[in-house]
This record gives sequence, C-alpha cells and structure tokens, in this order.
Amino acid sequence: MRRVVAKGVVGIARVLAGGNVRRVGFTPDDRQRIYFVNHTSHLDFVLVWAALPPRLRTMTRPVAAKDYWDKPGLRRYLGVKVFNAVLVERNPTTGSPNAIDVLLDGLGEKHSLIIFPEGTRGDGTTIAQFKSGLYRLGKERPDVDLIPSYINNVNRVLPKGEFVPVPMLASVSFGEPMHVGEDEDKNAFLDRARNAILELRQW
Amino acid sequence: MVTMIRDRQTLLLFAGILALLVVATLIGQIMRWRRRSDVVDNLNARIKAWWVMSAVFALSLLTGGLGSVILFGLLSFFALREFITLTPTRPADHSALFWVFFIILPLQYYLVATQWYGFFSVLIPVYAFLFIPSRIAISGDANAFLERSSKIQWGLMVCVYCVSHVPALLMLEIPGYAGKNARLLFFLVVIVQLSDVLQYVWGKLLGRHKISPVISPSKTWEGFIGGTVSATLIGTALWRTTPFTVWQTMGMAFIITIMGFLGGLTMSAIKRDSGVKDWGSSIQGHGGVLDRIDSICFAGPIFFHLTRYFFT
Repeated sequence: MRRVVAKGVVGIARVLAGGNVRRVGFTPDDRQRIYFVNHTSHLDFVLVWAALPPRLRTMTRPVAAKDYWDKPGLRRYLGVKVFNAVLVERNPTTGSPNAIDVLLDGLGEKHSLIIFPEGTRGDGTTIAQFKSGLYRLGKERPDVDLIPSYINNVNRVLPKGEFVPVPMLASVSFGEPMHVGEDEDKNAFLDRARNAILELRQW
Repeated sequence: MVTMIRDRQTLLLFAGILALLVVATLIGQIMRWRRRSDVVDNLNARIKAWWVMSAVFALSLLTGGLGSVILFGLLSFFALREFITLTPTRPADHSALFWVFFIILPLQYYLVATQWYGFFSVLIPVYAFLFIPSRIAISGDANAFLERSSKIQWGLMVCVYCVSHVPALLMLEIPGYAGKNARLLFFLVVIVQLSDVLQYVWGKLLGRHKISPVISPSKTWEGFIGGTVSATLIGTALWRTTPFTVWQTMGMAFIITIMGFLGGLTMSAIKRDSGVKDWGSSIQGHGGVLDRIDSICFAGPIFFHLTRYFFT
C-alpha cells in the first residue's frame, strides 16, 4: 500500500513539475549519501526523492520539520509511513534529543538523507547561509558522500503560504560528491558547500 | 470503434501513415549506417518519436471522439505548463494560475465533449479574459500587472483555446458527412505535421536564403516554398476523404500550411525573446510539446471556422 501511495505521489509530482533531472558528475548507486538541497517549497523533498532511481528511493530518507509533518492524519502518514522521514525539532526545548544525533541515527548503516541546510524556505532567488548541521554530519560520517543538489522552480509550483500546487516545469540537478576536508574549518566548508549548489545553477 | 475500423477510407489513411513511417525509418537507418552524425541521430530520434505520436493519435481517433478530446486536453495541459514555466509570473498569480489549469482548461474541453458551441467559443476570450486580471488584482500585487495578466491570457488562448478547436471539428454538422468528422481531424493534423516535416527536409536539402535569421535561423525560403507546395499537394490528394471538392481541398490544405508556418514563426519569436531554444524536453528530438504543436495552434481555429462557415 505504502509503495502504491509513494508511486502515486511521484506520479502527481511528475504531472505538476515534469521529470527534469540533471546529473553533473554524479552517478546514483547504492552507497550512502547525504543530498543537501536548497529549500524553496514544502514539495522540495518529494521532487528530489522522485528524481532518484526507484531502487534508491526506499533507502533515502528526507529530513523534515517535526512541527509540520508530525501532525495526525495525512501529513504524518505521508511523512512517516510513505517517505520514512527523519523528523527533527526546529525549535528544540531542553530535554529534546540533539538534532545531530537524530540525523546520525536516521542515517544508520544503510540509509541516505535529503537535508536542507538553509533550515528554512527561501523565495527561490537567493540561497541563505547554511546551518552547521551539514558540517557536523560530514565530520561524524566521513565515509558518506555529500551530494550538492539544486532544485529549480519548485517555489513556483507551491510557493510559501499557498496550499494548492500549480503545474510548472521544475528541475533537480545533482553535483559531484564532496567531503569535509581533514582540517577544513566549519565556515570554509559551509561556504564551499553553498557554492557547489550555486554552481549547479548554471546547468 | 468498430464502425471506424470497417470504414475503408480511414483504414487507408492509417495505412498511408504507416507506410510513411516505415519509409522514414528505413531512410534514417540507411543514413545512420552510411555516416553517423548529430543531425542523423536527431533525425532518428524524431522518427522514433513520430511512431509514438502517430500511434497515440490513431488510437485517440479510433475511440470515435472522446479519445481525441482527452488527448488534446492533455496536450493543452502540457503545452500550457511549458508556456507558463517560461513566463515570469509572481507569487500573487498563484491562485489565478490554479483556476487556469484546473478549472478553465478542463471546462473548455468539457464544452468540446458536450458540443456546446456557444459557450465553447466565448469561455476563454470573454470570461477568462475578465476573470484573470480580476483575480490577480484581488491578490493585490501591482508589479508588472498588465504584463502578467496578458501573458497568462495569451498562454491560455494559444495553448488551450486554439488547440481545443482541433477536437471541436468533431462537433461540426456537415451535410452528408455525418459520423465522418474524425477524418477532418486527421486531415488537419496530418497536413500541418507533414508540412513541418517537409519544410525541414526541403530546408536541409536546398535551404540557402533565411526568412528571418533573428527569429528562426532554421527557416529558409526554399524550405518554406518546397514544404508548403508539397504538403498542399499531398493534402489535395486526400480530397476524397474530405467533404470538399478538389479545388476546395487544395485551398484548405494551402491555408493550413501557411497558418502552420506562421504559428511556428510566432512561437519561435516568443522563444527567442525568453532566450531558449525549445519550450521543453519531453519529446525526444523534438523539444517540448509546444514545439510540436505550435503550428497546430494557428492552423486549428482557422480551419475550424472556414469549414464551419462555408460547409455547415
């Protein structure tokens, strides 16, 4: 059943946004990956997920905001059951688990993650500075490839504050795998990662 | 469906297309065998896509009507999606766009299916025309207001209103031609597409003098004249399948090819203005849906109205 729903969601995403995928120095395979993506719409992770080959989708978990997706009903069903999302607190309170631990736990030994290091949705024209989570994940798991991914035009399919999507051709570009350098400093790495996404814009 | 298959003329038309595809495929493979190049690969990709497009079109005709309404409705949807993607809309247009895609477009094809001519012919030029700017005004963003509303209206006119005239041919009541209207649809689509292909072929063979280097560098006078004349002659040869006389058929075929040419040229001008080569990439070798149907957009309504005015 979940598979059918997942197929249906991918189908709807294709009808709305097309299936344009570009790979620039990236080959999809069974290795563990962290796809880090610019964030413009609630639909972003569905599009990135749909852009992966079907056999990689089941092993790839989107990271999503707990306050939005952990609501009873459709959202929780789609988020938790269908997409197997890793839910993190956006506004952690004392006592809530450390976000990085939640992510490392979600990654485990066989999963890949889709994360949005800007932390919040932009307007699609600029990319905000990255939060440090990506750096810390890269430090903790140097064996996992970090894949810069650029998503274009999804903000027009479903802009911030709207509830119903409209059809609009979008595209997802995956770039060359990168890693945190041996003694690379946090800000230098985060800038390098952000620039990798900006470079994908030209493709 | 059964009546269509029993109809000998329709079967002959399909057989003709099949023969054309086989010949084209053979030529393509021979060219590939002799010398491989990007042009030849693109040609073969186009021929391959033609097989699929012809099969889809033939199947839609065999359903006896409803299939064509659905097919052209989907084509409108995908064409409009390409058009709006290249049109700089703003977040305030979101709601208007929702109406355009999910209310106005299906309603237009519903009117074709139910053969409600009066409403069909004014829904988009009158009601949508007034609705879209009003809805955008309610959203309260005045930035480039006229530009945004007119671009959305333009896309709706070309991709939905004009295209919907193709299946609307089925609603014409031509004396002595009842139940045969699917052939008119066939006539229109085949001539437009053949004319495109023949202009491309003549242009590649003899093309020297560009018609409009800025707007469409691949269109030449040699291609235009060769394609128009040969497509008109092939169209004339189909006169027995139409409700027209030989000379009338020739005139119709000629007008269809000219309108098709103007459609291709006009839509190219928009592409150049937006700085793109193709509207999309959904059909291998051809570009997007709108690249394939740009000529039908212009030929469809004119053929529909000429037929309606003079023959019903």
